[in-house]
Amino acid sequence: YLLCAAGDFVKVHSVSTEETVRVMGGHGDLVTGIQLNPHNHMQLYSSSLDGSIKLWDFMDGIPIKTFTVGSKLLALYTLPSAEDSVFVVIPKRGERDTFQLVSVKLTKGAGQDLEAKELSVVLDGVGASPKHIAFGREGEYVVSVKEITLQVYFFKRKLLNRFSLRAVKTKGGDNQFSCVACHPTEDCIATGHADGKIRLWRNFHHKKEYTYSTLHWHHDIVMDLAFSVEGTRLLSGGVESVLVQWHNESACQKDFLPRLGSPIESISVSSDGSLCCTLHTDNRITIINSNLRFSRSIQGLIKSRDIKTGLVVDPRTKALVLNGEPGHLQFYCLQSDQQLFSLDIVQRQYIHQAGLKQSDLVKVAFNAQGTWLATVEEREEVTDPELELKLWFYNEETQSFKLNTRINTPHDNHITDMCFRDMDELENDSLILVTTGRDCVFKVWVMVEDTDPEAQQSVSWSCDFVGSYHNYQATNCCFSEDGSLLAVSFEETITVWDSVTWDLKCTFCHPPGNIRNICFGRLTCSKYLIGATDYGFLCCWNLLTCALEWSAHLNIVVLQPDPLSEHIAAVSWLSKESSLFVFKPNEPRPIYIQRNLCKEKILLAAFVPRDEPETTGSEKYLWLRRSQLFFLTDTQ
Amino acid sequence: MAAYKPVVVPACPKLGERITQDTLYWRGDKTPVQIKEFGAINKVDFSPVTPYNYAVTASSRIHVYGRYSQEPIKTFSRFKDAAYCATYRDDGRLLVAGSEDGTIRLFDTAGRAPLRQFDGHTKPVHLVGFLSDKYRIFSGGDDYSSNLWDIPSATEIVSYTEHTDYVRCGCASKVNADVFITGSYDHTVKLFDARTKSSVMTIEHGHPVESVLLFPSGGLLVSAGGRYVKVWDVLKGGQLLVSLKNHHKTVTCLCLNSSGQRLLSGSLDRHVKIYSTTSYKVVHSFNYATSILSLALSPEDETIVVGMTSGVLNVKHRKPEERNEKSQKKRQPAYRTYVKGRSYMPKQEDFCVSKPVKRVLRKYDKLLKSFQSSKALDAVLEPPIMLHTPEVTVAVMQELHRRGTLRSALAGRNEKQVNLLLTFVARRVIEPRFTSVLVTVADMITDIYQPVVGQSAVVDRQFLKLQEAIGKEIDYQEELLEVLGMMDTLFATFTKKKDTYLEENTSNGFTDATETNTND
Repeated sequence: YLLCAAGDFVKVHSVSTEETVRVMGGHGDLVTGIQLNPHNHMQLYSSSLDGSIKLWDFMDGIPIKTFTVGSKLLALYTLPSAEDSVFVVIPKRGERDTFQLVSVKLTKGAGQDLEAKELSVVLDGVGASPKHIAFGREGEYVVSVKEITLQVYFFKRKLLNRFSLRAVKTKGGDNQFSCVACHPTEDCIATGHADGKIRLWRNFHHKKEYTYSTLHWHHDIVMDLAFSVEGTRLLSGGVESVLVQWHNESACQKDFLPRLGSPIESISVSSDGSLCCTLHTDNRITIINSNLRFSRSIQGLIKSRDIKTGLVVDPRTKALVLNGEPGHLQFYCLQSDQQLFSLDIVQRQYIHQAGLKQSDLVKVAFNAQGTWLATVEEREEVTDPELELKLWFYNEETQSFKLNTRINTPHDNHITDMCFRDMDELENDSLILVTTGRDCVFKVWVMVEDTDPEAQQSVSWSCDFVGSYHNYQATNCCFSEDGSLLAVSFEETITVWDSVTWDLKCTFCHPPGNIRNICFGRLTCSKYLIGATDYGFLCCWNLLTCALEWSAHLNIVVLQPDPLSEHIAAVSWLSKESSLFVFKPNEPRPIYIQRNLCKEKILLAAFVPRDEPETTGSEKYLWLRRSQLFFLTDTQ
Repeated sequence: MAAYKPVVVPACPKLGERITQDTLYWRGDKTPVQIKEFGAINKVDFSPVTPYNYAVTASSRIHVYGRYSQEPIKTFSRFKDAAYCATYRDDGRLLVAGSEDGTIRLFDTAGRAPLRQFDGHTKPVHLVGFLSDKYRIFSGGDDYSSNLWDIPSATEIVSYTEHTDYVRCGCASKVNADVFITGSYDHTVKLFDARTKSSVMTIEHGHPVESVLLFPSGGLLVSAGGRYVKVWDVLKGGQLLVSLKNHHKTVTCLCLNSSGQRLLSGSLDRHVKIYSTTSYKVVHSFNYATSILSLALSPEDETIVVGMTSGVLNVKHRKPEERNEKSQKKRQPAYRTYVKGRSYMPKQEDFCVSKPVKRVLRKYDKLLKSFQSSKALDAVLEPPIMLHTPEVTVAVMQELHRRGTLRSALAGRNEKQVNLLLTFVARRVIEPRFTSVLVTVADMITDIYQPVVGQSAVVDRQFLKLQEAIGKEIDYQEELLEVLGMMDTLFATFTKKKDTYLEENTSNGFTDATETNTND
């Protein structure tokens, strides 16, 4: 079994099937540390920010005991030699940003909820991260690192040795300590540094005559270190996402396991030494067997640094589509909390290096049947961004998307929006893609059939029409439901174009403020056009009379039409709280208002069609994305 | 765990001609053989039987050439005046030719003296040919008539005088022994049936007809005249299928290849164009020194013979393709065991365990994988890659730039390497598909090697060359901008007219109505 702390829960995964076996909940805040009970391998201690330590039976998933400590617990350690006490890191009272390592006596009382008040300070001024403290051979000493000092405390002799390095700032980073690990059988401490070096300390019983040797392979910070059970091998990992295995502490013998996908956050080795696992920054655990072969990985929704693509729903699988690994698009199934698959869009080697600008996916659009996928990738550049528009066709045989057309620099500047003309009844030939760019134009792309019978591909995409309006930047685009009209917003103005002749039909404007979002009404409300502006106005225009129908003073951040009904959801952001409004375009009064939806700013939302309609209330699930967390909200 | 992803070499659209299967096919010729004749060559005809000799009619002589001979193997010179249209019979044993004095002579290809002489035309005869029953000859003359002759008795069977101008071209149907067509300067093509007294069908080409051709199936007819090549459906009563206008001077001759998939046309504009008969698009074109009068393709498409107004005969042979087969033979496996495993077919109940395919990485990819950027750049600057696939070199440069290591890869080179690098940059920087990357590269090179300018004459020369190339490009762009400006003004005048037109409509309330319609 593999145990991991995830948010407020402790999850138990099966090593062989990579499934989540059990979820143990009960903590009121983030779980900060988990350790197996050294005296009973079926039991687990966990600590949390809510100030409690819990003892679990993880085979059955039931809490045995809860010890309340009373202050925030930042890390947890256990020792086999210390019978009934555990070590925790707590913030020092009265001072900010200083932490101390204390040992907590766990009283052996009856009953479930116990208080643990017997605290004894072991070390002062330790780092807050659990990686900064390690216990040495059989609990004889404890090592703590902070910035450039290393402290070793010997329990038996009650001796504290301090070693400090000279602060050297180099180009790559400085030599601050980043993590520490102790050899399981010898007196040896391995420390990782921010400049990528690993130092092995020996002879640290003496204050003066200590020695250390340096291993250097990483070019950036060493994120975590771990010794194998016998202590012959040392594993290290960092942002390069390469797991390095050092043999016998020598610099020349090393093995690599490269391209693990994303930076390694922490490494742990199983107690029998046959497996080790790495935790990655993108919400994934990789299990690696002892001869350094990739075994399997457990992954949920991949956390990308920046969701530039927005939340898009794949019409075929009903999966949520968003940025995954760098350069990849992930298809995430909401119902089963699983990643269905990951599509490599950029198809380029990703170099894990800080400060390097890599191309990433910025826009994604599907057509109504889900047969075509359009993606835009860009690489930030000082002078001009490197843009690429790719069109993918769904291949029924291989059940995946196949690259059809690749267009280099479709626009001269960033692409702001992209949409397909959604037409269910018409055949594929009439498929149209519109992209809007900051280079003040919008472009219409159509499929062309290659008449040459000897050509490999029968269809490809090419530009059909380029439209602009008074040299304003084009910001949004949207097709009406029947596909006859295209609305493109140019800064303050919305223009409506005929999609057959590409003639400008009419323009709408509601100064002041640039247009943030536009969408057409659906079904019975298809004669309305909704727009949201920067200065807090939500406007609804009637396309038949070309007049403003109604407007409301709301600072709308997200405007999302439901593809199955005529409802439109709008999320406003006002005085540090988000509110949700659901309305029909034909009446200015909203159907549903939920104030104080959450404190964070909601950036994205997407309607996901349900498999079967809900019987009560309005039939929709609303998916919201906060600044950091994904969560599901039902808008009943 | 992901494997290493090799560098994606973007397929940049190349300017100019697209290389298709056809281009490769038609380009596979040996250097042409030029043979000088006495006068303009008005007809070239291949013997339909091996060894595919061909008869060339020029001035008052008919020369018969062998396949690879440069000297005529036979000459018929019994003409008092110019000879025209020497044509072989289906079995290759008889040859018929018209002449300026109105007589038609029939020769045995083995003998020298004419076997028969047909008199009846009063003006020069530019067209003669055999009907497919082998016993009759059709002819067309400048006396506006087209006649049918019987070979055994050397008598005229029938004479049609329906054309109103010179009859200059014609063709016999291969499926029906009684049907032949003639094209005339009166802009028409007429289809005659020997069993009737008058023409069966008349097709209006619109220009003086220079050449006609029937497809082997007999269903389609191709006529050439003026600048046009037109394809007609005979079975539908002469309906125009397609009209091709790819030459800018009169098209003088037509020819089909042996499979009937490609149509060739030669013209006074010195070009031979090759069309696909499925799409009727030009798939390839040849350029010749002077205006083309006649054109023929050997029965196995091995030889293209083109006769020109200057009297030069241009003969192109295809390269034999035997070499390929030989090299394939060599590659056959030498070990029995090797063959054994290969030929084993899995049965239905067998489990197939496929071995993981080892991907072969290119050299530069291997180096990039191990982060040896400078060596990777060296690898793509090797002459074979640099000269033939510059896009690979540029793609690797771009990848290095993405990794932020381009500068270090470019730095620290000796004179020879810098020279190589600069040659490449100076040559390719003006190509639009590479410009954006190579400008960065050039920028970095000048930055890095600025201190050493003046130390090496070779490098200095390259720098000057680069400067010259960029200067030229800037001038060119400026000129283009000027042209663009001119075009903009032209377009502006057009749109203004359109606007006024629209305004008139709006006053009628017309656009309002359409708008509401679309919204509904």
